[in-house]
Amino acid sequence: MSAVRAPLATRGNALHAGAWWLWALGLATAASRTTNPLLLALVVAVAGYVVAARRTDAPWARAFGFYLALGAFVVVLRVVFAIALGSPIGGTTLLVTLPEVPLPDWAAGVRIGGRVMAEGVVFAALDGLRLAALLICLGAANALADPARLLKSLPGALYEIGVAVVVAMTFAPQLVSDVLRMREARRLRGRRDRGARSFLQVARPVLEGALERSVALAAAMDARGYGRTAAVPPGVRRATSALTLGGLVGVCAGSYGLLAAEGALYGLPLLLAGVAAATGGLLLGGRRVARTRYRPDRWGARAWLVAGSGALVAGVMAYAAGADAAALNPPAVPLSVPHFPPLAALGVLAGLLPALVAPRPVRGAVGR
Amino acid sequence: MIRFEDVSVTYADAAAPALSGVDLTVEEGELCLLVGPSGVGKSTLLNAVCGLVPHFTGGTLRGRVTVAGRDTRTHPPRDLADVVGTVGQDPLAHFVTSTVEDELAYGMESLGVPRDTMRRRVEETLDLLGLADLRDRPLATLSGGQRQRVAIGSVLTPHPRVLVLDEPTSALDPAAAEEVLAVLQRLVHDLGTTVLMAEHRLERVVQYADRVLLLPAPGEPPVLGDPAAVLARSPVRPPVVALAGLAGWEPPPLSVRDARRRAAGLRGRLDGLRPAPAASPDGGAALLDVRGLTVRRGRAEVLRDVGLVVRPGETVALMGRNGAGKTTLLRTLMGMHAPAAGSVTLADGLVPHRAEPAALLRHAGLVPQDPRDLLYEETVAAECAAADADAGAAPGACAALVARLLPEVRREAHPRDLSEGQRLALALAVVLTAAPPALLLDEPTRGLDYAAKERLAGVLRELADEGHCVLLATHDVELAADLASRVVVLADGEVVADGPTAEVVVGSPSFAPQVAKVLAPGPWLTVAQVAGALRGVGGGVRDDVRGGAS
Repeated sequence: MSAVRAPLATRGNALHAGAWWLWALGLATAASRTTNPLLLALVVAVAGYVVAARRTDAPWARAFGFYLALGAFVVVLRVVFAIALGSPIGGTTLLVTLPEVPLPDWAAGVRIGGRVMAEGVVFAALDGLRLAALLICLGAANALADPARLLKSLPGALYEIGVAVVVAMTFAPQLVSDVLRMREARRLRGRRDRGARSFLQVARPVLEGALERSVALAAAMDARGYGRTAAVPPGVRRATSALTLGGLVGVCAGSYGLLAAEGALYGLPLLLAGVAAATGGLLLGGRRVARTRYRPDRWGARAWLVAGSGALVAGVMAYAAGADAAALNPPAVPLSVPHFPPLAALGVLAGLLPALVAPRPVRGAVGR
Repeated sequence: MIRFEDVSVTYADAAAPALSGVDLTVEEGELCLLVGPSGVGKSTLLNAVCGLVPHFTGGTLRGRVTVAGRDTRTHPPRDLADVVGTVGQDPLAHFVTSTVEDELAYGMESLGVPRDTMRRRVEETLDLLGLADLRDRPLATLSGGQRQRVAIGSVLTPHPRVLVLDEPTSALDPAAAEEVLAVLQRLVHDLGTTVLMAEHRLERVVQYADRVLLLPAPGEPPVLGDPAAVLARSPVRPPVVALAGLAGWEPPPLSVRDARRRAAGLRGRLDGLRPAPAASPDGGAALLDVRGLTVRRGRAEVLRDVGLVVRPGETVALMGRNGAGKTTLLRTLMGMHAPAAGSVTLADGLVPHRAEPAALLRHAGLVPQDPRDLLYEETVAAECAAADADAGAAPGACAALVARLLPEVRREAHPRDLSEGQRLALALAVVLTAAPPALLLDEPTRGLDYAAKERLAGVLRELADEGHCVLLATHDVELAADLASRVVVLADGEVVADGPTAEVVVGSPSFAPQVAKVLAPGPWLTVAQVAGALRGVGGGVRDDVRGGAS
C-alpha cells in the first residue's frame, strides 16, 4: 500500500509539467462539450480540489484564485450583454421590459434595451459558465505546473525562446519592486511618497534601471554560452521552417475543429497531422542547437496516470455527448430543469485521480 | 594562459582610449590581482578577457587578446564560455534562472555538456562551495555572500581554465568575504584555475595574490609584478603597506602575519605612547533617540528592543553581518517603517513615521545603499535645481556642494553615467542641501577607491565638527576605525555591542582594522594615529599620510 501512496515531492520525482497540462486540457475539452450547469460545476469542483491538494507555495501557484475571479467576471459580462443587447434565442417568458434606445435605420438588427426574456438570460449564463469552466481548467494547469520547468521540456529548437520567456517572467515582478522601492525613496528627497504623482515621477528612472539590468543580463548570458549554435546545411533549415509552419497551421485548424463541435469529423485527423509535422520540424530544428538539459522532468507512471485521467474525462464526455445529447446540452427554449447525467458525471470524477497519485508538495519549502 | 599583445581599447565617441599599451601575460594557475584607482579601465581589461569588450560593448580593440590560445577577435564571448568564466560586480544581474541548482547547471547546458557529467559536476560544485543546503532555494532569498558563491559556482561548473571576477567581495561583510576568498584560494591551489580579479578592498585580498597588475592612471601602461614590489609604488595600497612605509620595512609585508613578525621594533617605539584622543562630543540634545525599538516586517522581528542615542558631533558606525538589521534601523529613522514597539525621535521631538517628508528632510537625511534610488533627473544641474526646490534652500546651494565634492564632473552629465563613487557624492550633496542635523549613510564605500574614500571621510569629519551627527552602516572596518568615535554592532536585530571604537573593534577578529591587528595589544587603529604619535604631535596628522585607509 505504501508503494502506491503519493510520495512527498522532490526535484527528482517531480511530476512532468506536461502531464498537468494534458490533464487540464482533458478537463477543458470535456467542459467545452457541455452546457449542463451541474456538469460544469462538477468540472470546476474537480479542478479546484486537485489544485487545493497539490499546489505548492510558489508565486505562480497563487494564480488559481485569479482565474476563479476571471471566470465569474466572464459569466456576469455575458449575462449583462444578453440583457442589454437582447439574445437571438427568442423565447416566451418575459422577465422585464427595459426602456429601448432608438437607433437609426442603418443599425437595423441591433437593439439596446427592450424586452428581456428568461430563455435568453439562461442561455447566456450557461454559455458564460462553459467559457468560465474552460478558463478555470487552464488556471489549474497554471497553478500546478512550474512554468520554468514546462519551458525546460520544450524541444531544443524552442529552448532559446523559452529562456527569453523565463527572463521576461522575472522582469515584471522586478519592475514592481523597483517602483515600490523608488517611490519610498522619494521620502528621502522630502517629496510625498503617496498618491498617483509619486508613481508617475519614478517611472522614467525605473525604466532606465530596468534597461540597464537587461543589458547586463544579456552580457552575462552571452558570456555563459547562450546562443551557441552548430552549423546546419541550408536544405535542412528550409525543411525545418516549412514543417514547423505547416504543422502549426494544422494544429490551429484542428483544435478549432475539435472545440467548435461542428467540425469534430475533420478536427482530430487535422490536429494529429499538424502535431506530427510540427514535431518533425522541431526535431530537425533541434539539430542546430548544441545544448543539453540538466535534470529534465521524467515522464513516469504517475505522469501517465495524471495525463490519462484527463484523457478519460474528455473521452467519456465525448461519448456521452453522442449518446445523451439532450442531457449534456439542455435546451434553453423551452426552459427546463437540467438532468444529472450519471455516466458523464462519473467520467468527470476520474479527473480527481491526480489528487491521489501526484507527489505531494511540501508546504513552506519554498522561500523563507 | 591570458595574453595581451599591445592592446588598446577606445570606446565610440570617447576622446582618449580607455586602455592603452597593455602588453602582458598571466600564467596558468596564477591568482592575479588587478588594482588601480576608479575609472582607469579595470572593468574594460577584465571584459576584454572574456570577449565582452569589444563584441558586446562596442568600441575598437587594437592589438590581440588570446585566452588559452583563442583569439578574442575571432571568438565571441559565447565561444569562449568553456575556457573563461566571468562574474560581474552584481551577482543578481548575472543570474538567468531562479533556483540555485538550475543556475549552476545553466552554463553547462549552453555548452552541451552530457547529462551525467552535468549532474556529477553540480553535486561536486555544491560541495566545493558549501551550497548543498541551498540547492533548492530561490536565488532571490539568498544573502549577499551566498549569492556571490552561487555566481562563482555557476561559472565554475563548465570547468573554465580562467576565472575573471570584478570586485567579488566589495558588497560583503568581512565573514562572507572570507568565505568567498577561501573558495578562490582553493580553486587556485587544488584545481590550478587561473584567476584574474579586480578588487578595491586590498586589505582583504592582497595576501592571496601571486602577482599584482597595477593600472596606475588612465592611459598609462600597466605594471605587472610581485605584489610587494608593485604595491610599494602603487597609489592605492592597504593599511599594512602604508604602515610599512612609515616604519621603513622593505619590501613591505602584505599580510597581518608578516607585518606582525616585523612589528616588534615599532611596537617598542610606540610603547608608552597613546593615540591622540578623539575630540569628545560636547553633549547637547540628542539628534537621534531610539528607545526599546522593535520593528516587524511581515511576522518577522527585524529589530528587537534596540536603543541608541546619538548627539551632535558624534560619528557612529553601525556594523554587523548582512541581514542583521542595519538598513532597517536607518530606514526606521527616516520613518519608512513604523515601530511595532518603542519610540524613535529626532531633534525637536520629531517622530519620523508621522512626519511630513518635507519637515523630515530638515531633521535627518539618508543616503541609501544604491544612490540611484535618489536621483531622478537627466542632468546633474537639473538634479541640483530639484534638490534646492525640495529643501527650500537658496538656488545654487546644491550646485555649490557638488562643485566641492565633484569638481571634475560636468553639469550636463547624466547621473547614471557617473562612476559609483561620483554618484554617491552627488546623492550626498543632494541630501546635504537641506543641512540635516543627522546624516545617515547606508554602506557608503561600495565601489569606492581609497582616494574617493578619503574625500568622503574628509567631508564627514567636517560635518561632525560643525555639530552634525553621522550614523553610517558599513562593512568597511578601516573606514569605521578611521571615522567613528563609537561603534554599534547589531546581530539578529539586537544591539550586541555599543562603545568607543577602540574598545569594540580591537577585540573582534572580524571587525579589527589591520593596524590594530599588527600592533595589538596597543590601542592603535589607523596609520594616521601611528604617524602622529611617532612625530610626537597630537593632531593634524591626517594630511601627511596618504594612502591606507587614513
